[in-house]
Amino acid sequence: MAVLVVAAHDGKTVRANVANAVAAAAQMDPEVHVLVAGSNAGEAATSAAAIQGVAKVLQAEDAAYANWLAEDIAPLVVKLAPGYSHVVMAADSVGKNVAPRVAALLDVAQVSEAIQVVSPDTFVRPIYAGNAMATVQSSDKIKIVTVRPTNFKAAAGGGSAAIEQVAGTGTAGLSSFVGAELSKSERPELTSAKIVVSGGRGLQSGDNFKMLETLADKLGAGLGASRAAVDAGYVPNDYQVGQTGKVVAPDLYIAIGISGAIQHLAGMKDSKTIVAINKDEEAPIFQVADYGIVGDLFQIVPELTAAVEKK
Amino acid sequence: MKVLVAVKRVIDYNVKIRVKADNTGVETANVKMSMNPFDEIAVEEAIRMKEKGAATEVIAFSAGPAQCQETIRTALAMGADRGVLVQTDAELQPLAVAKLLKAVVDKEQPGLVIVGKQAIDDDSNATGQMLAALLGWSVGTFANKLNVADGSVEVKREVDGGLENIKIKMPAVITTDLRLNEPRYASLPNIMKAKKKPIETLAPDALGVDVAPRLKTLKVEEPPKRKSGIKVKTVTELVEKLRNEAGVI
Repeated sequence: MAVLVVAAHDGKTVRANVANAVAAAAQMDPEVHVLVAGSNAGEAATSAAAIQGVAKVLQAEDAAYANWLAEDIAPLVVKLAPGYSHVVMAADSVGKNVAPRVAALLDVAQVSEAIQVVSPDTFVRPIYAGNAMATVQSSDKIKIVTVRPTNFKAAAGGGSAAIEQVAGTGTAGLSSFVGAELSKSERPELTSAKIVVSGGRGLQSGDNFKMLETLADKLGAGLGASRAAVDAGYVPNDYQVGQTGKVVAPDLYIAIGISGAIQHLAGMKDSKTIVAINKDEEAPIFQVADYGIVGDLFQIVPELTAAVEKK
Repeated sequence: MKVLVAVKRVIDYNVKIRVKADNTGVETANVKMSMNPFDEIAVEEAIRMKEKGAATEVIAFSAGPAQCQETIRTALAMGADRGVLVQTDAELQPLAVAKLLKAVVDKEQPGLVIVGKQAIDDDSNATGQMLAALLGWSVGTFANKLNVADGSVEVKREVDGGLENIKIKMPAVITTDLRLNEPRYASLPNIMKAKKKPIETLAPDALGVDVAPRLKTLKVEEPPKRKSGIKVKTVTELVEKLRNEAGVI
């Protein structure tokens, strides 16, 4: 039986991590279908159809799906699920919200944040903030799996799957969308950026983050932060990298003024190359860093920005 | 309105996790246990609702071995009124906990259930969403701010792109994110008082819930170690390494 990937989207394109979820799904079963639910989701459905390895896109049009409320989306997925062996979502804030509701309605377990597909019923997932890796086997008839996008290489584009319309399920009438306060940024999105510049409490203020913005822009990097920096109000919550924030695995991660609590390391230690800049040479961040500099970040960061410029 | 909070006993967040040599799990013997940090935030939020007059009673729920009493006592010392422990030595997975919670919710009829968004041991991030599904209730996940008014809750949620506001009908389930509040420390007098607060103990069977795990853990292993890196002296040296050795800029 086929796998159903439930795709989040912005009305125009499906999220970039859907291509990663499709790649993960293809390891569970070669036939992958993608569900694009929304209000005027035609363009998003077309973008899903272009992902290599997708056999079919199901487009569900309903005004109730416009804002991805779990109470309204879950019944649609539950209705379609019996035709599938697996339902897969990326483990982002949409997947984490919707997938467990689907699982409970189907009376099945959820495999949360799988990082490896061992076989169609067996998965590896991190526990204890990535300090242990559990291999779990599901005995449920339909397997609900959220996958960590950074652990699966995105499926390529250029596909042309058929798009089939499916009926909507209406609204459950339990919840409504009021509005969003989204961070505006021209920088690459944190979870898909090739380079991430991240700051911690060592920055001492939100104003000092401007220094990191300059460096990030020189490198074409995304900007992240530790929990301490977010809690201190230096930057918004969506900058947070870590166990309970975003998980990133860029080619280069530059941790600046971040001590390296295990909860932070959980969100970045799969990065290809890690650079740490910290005045405390005992900081745990140095244990995972490929290159470390001990010193005053207020001196080092401007120097680094200038050196990158000189290329 | 009653508010039910769920509290999980987990290995303290400061403890270095050790995988057992036989790969069956992680070492829990002689390890400091504490309340899941996200659940502390849930308890704090419920107590604040009571202090503001929005809630009449705060009930702390836990499920697991007898020692979970201590976790409930912590919630009682923070200000919860009474506890309910579903006592079992069986392994409990999120779906089973959600079913146990539902059975207690059916009995207690709270207007709100507040739980941590994830437990820092299994990192599943599922129980609250599952409970809402089983009850047919709305859910406000990853709550950054709550406002209870006129039979509904306005929930500011932490999402990938920033914050999102939704309005959900009560009764409802809320899962807490880090910035919802800063949990208080229990004072010594309140710790003493908590010893006298009642904790009801129930068995899964009595609630008619089958808690058998659906996921079988085949093995638990150490994560791959990163090879140790080097310290460089100057920015020039760093940039040279990044360009020529790592090839990432």
